[in-house]
Amino acid sequence: MNSTFSMIMRTIQFHWHNHLLAALLVFGSTSISLGADPSEYILSNGMKVLLVEVPKAPVATVQVWYKVGSRNEVMGRAGLSHMLEHMMFKGTARYPKGSFSRIVRKNGGVDNAFTGQDFTAYFENVAADRVGLVLELEADRMQGLILDHSEFQTERDVVKEERRLRSEDDPQGALVEALFAHTFLSHPYHWPVIGWFADLDAMSLEDLQRHYDTFYSPNNATLVVVGDIKAESLLPTIKRLFEPIPRGPSPKQILPPEPEQRGERRFLLKREAQVPFVMMGFRVPNYSNEDSYALDILESILSHGKSSRLYQSLVYDQKNSLAVGAEYSVLQTDPGLFYFYSLVNPSAKVEGVEEAIQREIVRLQNEPPSEQELQRAKNQVEAARVFEQDSNFRHAMLMGQAESVGAGWRRIDQFVERIRAVTAKDIQRVAKQYLIPDNRTVGILIPLPSPPPDSAPTAAHEGKS
Amino acid sequence: MVALVLCGVFVAGPGDAADISPIRFTTPNGMTVLVLEQHFLPIVEIHALIKTGSAQDPQEKAGLANLVAGLLDEGTTTRSSKQLAEQIDFVGGSLGVQAGEDFTTASARTLKKDIDIGFTLLADILQRPAFPKQEFERVRSQILGEIASDNDDPGHVAMKAFNQLVFQNHPYRWPVNGTEETLGKITLADVQNFYAKEYLPSQVILTIVGDITVEQATTLVQTHFGSWKKGVMQPRTAKKPIAVDKKIVQFIEKDLTQSTIVIGHAGISRTNPDFYAVTVMNHVLGAGGFSSRLMDTIRDKQGLAYGITSHYDARSMPGSFWINLQTRTDATNQAINSILAEMKTIREAPVSDHELADAKAFLMGSFPLRLDSTAKLAQVLAQVEFFGLGFDYFSQYPKWIERVTKEDVQRVAKQYLDPQRYALVVVGNIAKAKVRH
Repeated sequence: MNSTFSMIMRTIQFHWHNHLLAALLVFGSTSISLGADPSEYILSNGMKVLLVEVPKAPVATVQVWYKVGSRNEVMGRAGLSHMLEHMMFKGTARYPKGSFSRIVRKNGGVDNAFTGQDFTAYFENVAADRVGLVLELEADRMQGLILDHSEFQTERDVVKEERRLRSEDDPQGALVEALFAHTFLSHPYHWPVIGWFADLDAMSLEDLQRHYDTFYSPNNATLVVVGDIKAESLLPTIKRLFEPIPRGPSPKQILPPEPEQRGERRFLLKREAQVPFVMMGFRVPNYSNEDSYALDILESILSHGKSSRLYQSLVYDQKNSLAVGAEYSVLQTDPGLFYFYSLVNPSAKVEGVEEAIQREIVRLQNEPPSEQELQRAKNQVEAARVFEQDSNFRHAMLMGQAESVGAGWRRIDQFVERIRAVTAKDIQRVAKQYLIPDNRTVGILIPLPSPPPDSAPTAAHEGKS
Repeated sequence: MVALVLCGVFVAGPGDAADISPIRFTTPNGMTVLVLEQHFLPIVEIHALIKTGSAQDPQEKAGLANLVAGLLDEGTTTRSSKQLAEQIDFVGGSLGVQAGEDFTTASARTLKKDIDIGFTLLADILQRPAFPKQEFERVRSQILGEIASDNDDPGHVAMKAFNQLVFQNHPYRWPVNGTEETLGKITLADVQNFYAKEYLPSQVILTIVGDITVEQATTLVQTHFGSWKKGVMQPRTAKKPIAVDKKIVQFIEKDLTQSTIVIGHAGISRTNPDFYAVTVMNHVLGAGGFSSRLMDTIRDKQGLAYGITSHYDARSMPGSFWINLQTRTDATNQAINSILAEMKTIREAPVSDHELADAKAFLMGSFPLRLDSTAKLAQVLAQVEFFGLGFDYFSQYPKWIERVTKEDVQRVAKQYLDPQRYALVVVGNIAKAKVRH
């Protein structure tokens, strides 16, 4: 389907049902080591720099990743990191309002940014000979951002429109938001990256300034450049631009863990819609736990490709789902979710879909997957690692994310070795340990009928403006 | 086995993005083949563009081309739907078919070591689809579900209504996947006939990009597609959309917090000589991201929307022009008026020197970014061939953009933008929006 409503994004909300993102988060990897390891440097002020030389096309991506996301916010100020990301385009003394994107664009580049639960990242995709220019722009706004009151007022309206678009008026977006709110009660994964309306209203310029001063410093950032560059000759430029920026505070990054879940949680969301949507989330460990490898393969067996178990069972055989999947977000700072979703075929029953997903889980708990299935999943994970490097942007993104959540880029390749060692028994074990009812949160979107048709005239008429 | 005829080698001129020099040849059965070697990563993209799409759907059977495409990988005379899926998944590759208005694409992507599987499966689904009855029923019901699901996306609802207003009596009128009504009328025989008529080797541009040599690719093409029977293509006639000759307004009620607004009218075809001037004009107006006039006024100055973009969808036949955004319900009129004001302004006064220079610099400078992955390269190469742009396109594009003047921009704004006669669609809480149109 061509997305006629392609969004211009100053921000990409990291949403969990977003399939594009799912592709980006495919993290299991291979040691078919191609596209060499990055050159890694730590500048004198603590900033980490990762450079990868990819000479296949005369382009490059520059990405600056800050270790700050919605997990670094407090109750009552949900959405502060994302709001600040928007304000980062409002100018400095040297490059006043509007000039950032204009300079990038007139140099043939594309710039944008995105905020997630664990990070905020800024990027420019440019011709390789413009890398120095955009590095200067990024170095400039790491310090000395001008936070102006009236700019903030207008931008807050923009962010509210973004919230309406993504959550208020998008049934699936609304369900994802509610799933996290029900799963995490005390941990900041509770609130959405975009924030709540009331919190956006309550935010002040002082809040933004404090957040900026706390988190936007070289020692809390990773610079990633992937493309047609030479690491040796680019490094002096990077040092010249970024080393004069003084080291900043060392913000607290460790959060108390979300207490254990003791019993299933379940909720309904009723709103005008055509198609029901079912989500089922289980709390699981992140990359730092040994079980993450088996969970990653488990995800692949369940949902990668049309031969996967969920597709074959729910879409092909039972025909109760239009789309179905399982996603495991392994690259997170704190333990997150392994979740299932189904876009329910309007002619099917929601209860049947939930049971069908449950049956697939029980099947994995009762009998290990076949050797063929296990090998397929491993092959998929390895191939995905190679395909991912076809795009400089995605390649850089994977490293930036691995660094920002504390895993480190080296773990990407280590991951592959460990993935190879996963056995059928391991899969069965993690399915039994984590995918259990007491650890489950189920959310169901129940469509309500549309308003009466009298208010929906189809006859065209003439008018005057 | 028949020999392949090498029709010529096209070498692009000097310049950055211009180092794209695919080999092009035509097979004896009429298939056009493009090969571009890219040895940086051990991957290969095999991309077939078939010159048929929803524009060839019979009016009462909208969705036929899409249904045919959706059934290609649901069983062949030698492999079941599940076997096809298992074989491509086992090597971690992907196999996908996508129908559009003017053309359909079928592509396989594998690691270099699995290239035989990629060719085998792609050749199988293109030449030997079986169209099993039960898969036909299943996929059709799946598409009906997707149509219902599309109605949960206000942007989709608005565009669907907009296309029906702008493309009256024209094949671009209906969604590619059809409607509840038209899908019900499609029979299995329709699917088989459409396939037999449209899926001929002479209709196919096969593009191969990746870690493969021209010799290897040539042999693989011959092995897997050499026996595909040549057919005779029936002639087609291009249609022009009827111009919107008055303002047409349509409101669609939905319980939402935002109004989704689409304003526009007929546009241009990809082969229109004004394409490049229109591209520059549209960039300044609303396609230029954060530096466009619409973004500046609607988002940055008034805070009315998260995003706003103007589009010229240049297809084989003239497509449409439209501007779309979402804004809070009570700002609906303000947003519509601001859009119309910008459409008038760009017609009435020339763009500034600096706007023109910035737009041209972006369009020329960003050209290599459109070619920075294997998949993007394969798609662009196939479309350059499809639209007959010639492979000097890669060196010529910057020159065509460079040539555009301020006068050209104003001329095409006057010619291809109409702030009086347009179609307007609003989806949202119409009563509360109090639209004054």
